[in-house]
Amino acid sequence: MEVLLQLVINGILLGGLYAMIGLGMSLIFGIMGLINLAHGDLMIISTYMSMVLALHFSGNVFIALLITVLVMMVVGFFCQSVLINRVLDKGAEPPLLITFGLSIILQNVLLLIFGADAKSIPTKLAAQNAITTPWFSISAIYLINFVISILVILSLHFIIMKTYFGRAIRATSGDVVASELVGVNTKRVYAVTMALAMVTASIAGLLIGMTFTYTPTTGTQYLIFAFGVVVIGGMGSLVGTLLGGIILGLAQMLGSYFFGMAYQLFFGYVVLLVILTFRPEGLFARTK
Amino acid sequence: MLSQEDRTLLTVENLDVHYGDLQALHNVSLHIPQGTIVSIIGANGAGKSTLLGAITGLNKPTRGKITFRNEDISGIHTHDVVSKGITMSPEGSRVFEKMSVEENLLMGAYLSRARKKRKELLKRVYGLFPVLKEKSGQSATYLSGGQRQMLAIGRALMVDPEVILCDEVSLGLAPVIVKDIYHKIVEINREGMTFILVEQDVKRSLKYSDYSYVMVKGRIVMEGPSSQLPEGEVKDAFFGISKYA
Repeated sequence: MEVLLQLVINGILLGGLYAMIGLGMSLIFGIMGLINLAHGDLMIISTYMSMVLALHFSGNVFIALLITVLVMMVVGFFCQSVLINRVLDKGAEPPLLITFGLSIILQNVLLLIFGADAKSIPTKLAAQNAITTPWFSISAIYLINFVISILVILSLHFIIMKTYFGRAIRATSGDVVASELVGVNTKRVYAVTMALAMVTASIAGLLIGMTFTYTPTTGTQYLIFAFGVVVIGGMGSLVGTLLGGIILGLAQMLGSYFFGMAYQLFFGYVVLLVILTFRPEGLFARTK
Repeated sequence: MLSQEDRTLLTVENLDVHYGDLQALHNVSLHIPQGTIVSIIGANGAGKSTLLGAITGLNKPTRGKITFRNEDISGIHTHDVVSKGITMSPEGSRVFEKMSVEENLLMGAYLSRARKKRKELLKRVYGLFPVLKEKSGQSATYLSGGQRQMLAIGRALMVDPEVILCDEVSLGLAPVIVKDIYHKIVEINREGMTFILVEQDVKRSLKYSDYSYVMVKGRIVMEGPSSQLPEGEVKDAFFGISKYA
């Protein structure tokens, strides 16, 4: 029984991290209608970048994160302005091809530089417990992941709902022509949205690096998680993304409990398929 | 009394617009004096929306020039055209469905010069369209066709522009509602706003405007002060009959 409780807690905490991973994809698809196939790889690039910077700054992950976030924001802004904006109005396929191509390039660049061996960002937090009770314990890194994820989601929610630029983002996702006609520079909105997605991806990347091991191709696995989160939670809803992540996390943990560790990922995807069958727009989607 | 040239706000000169190989506008020229209501009359496919699109930067001209307050604005981005003082109530209203009526209106005052005056502008819009005030907290998606059109015009007013282009405001609306909207347009015009109205309704266009242009297949075939254009001849031109075909 305690094992089950522990798994449920872990599932929820992990779900927060999964929600962070899906957040960038949810933003980009919800606002630009673009599926970024390079999302997972951009996240893992930040993981590697954080790793290198953390080593350089004697294990200081805060500086590493700060620099990584800034660099990734510029990368995101650049990708959007130079690569993606050109093909957004040319149908659904060109953006998919471009992001797919980007994904391949990024994975292979990482492979060339770092090789295929699994790496991790060393931290004492992974081995520590933040809370220990007779019935369950909460790993420090899992708790940190969850808290940071909630903070990021709440901040994003605040930006989008309460600021002028956030309103411009919402308008652009509703009707590009009408937004332009009130003076919104919609291409710039897209670029900033991409930059915001990059911020969430870099934070997620660092957290992943501290929690799990990774290789240049790990990005693809997380891309699928991101898809899962977004599909389960529904598009265009930040709360939905959080709940989608938690459901995916719980599904994985419960799957491993009832069917064995080997079935952890599998069970997560079974739940995804079930939801896709009965409610394809996602559990918490805003009706379009 | 100012001459036509002194009061000119917007000019379109020898405009061609292509969609790929298809030429949608042929050598279109217009003259919009400040403070007037100008109507552009034509059937579906005559090129009216394309013309409005060219003025607002939604389409790029392949030839010709568009000048606003003596500044060449041909081919610039839509949001830049809007910041200079031109906006449009687009065909089909295109309200922001997920936002409330008031959020839609406030969105109109996005640019800084309008944003500063947003409370004053909002008051004016609610004064003109009381039904929008009644429904200010409701989601725009629940509005009727006529209310959406009012919201679109209200949103355009919130931009605090000098010219408002109206693309087929009467489309799909009951005559009594259309009449009310046109009366409001006249009222706003009296306060100094310049309007370009694109319509398929010949009678109404001639009645409410100062000057009219008739378009057929991408060309201007007739123009003149609205009061002097014979309705019968305009209708003939509209349907592409005889000498105007």
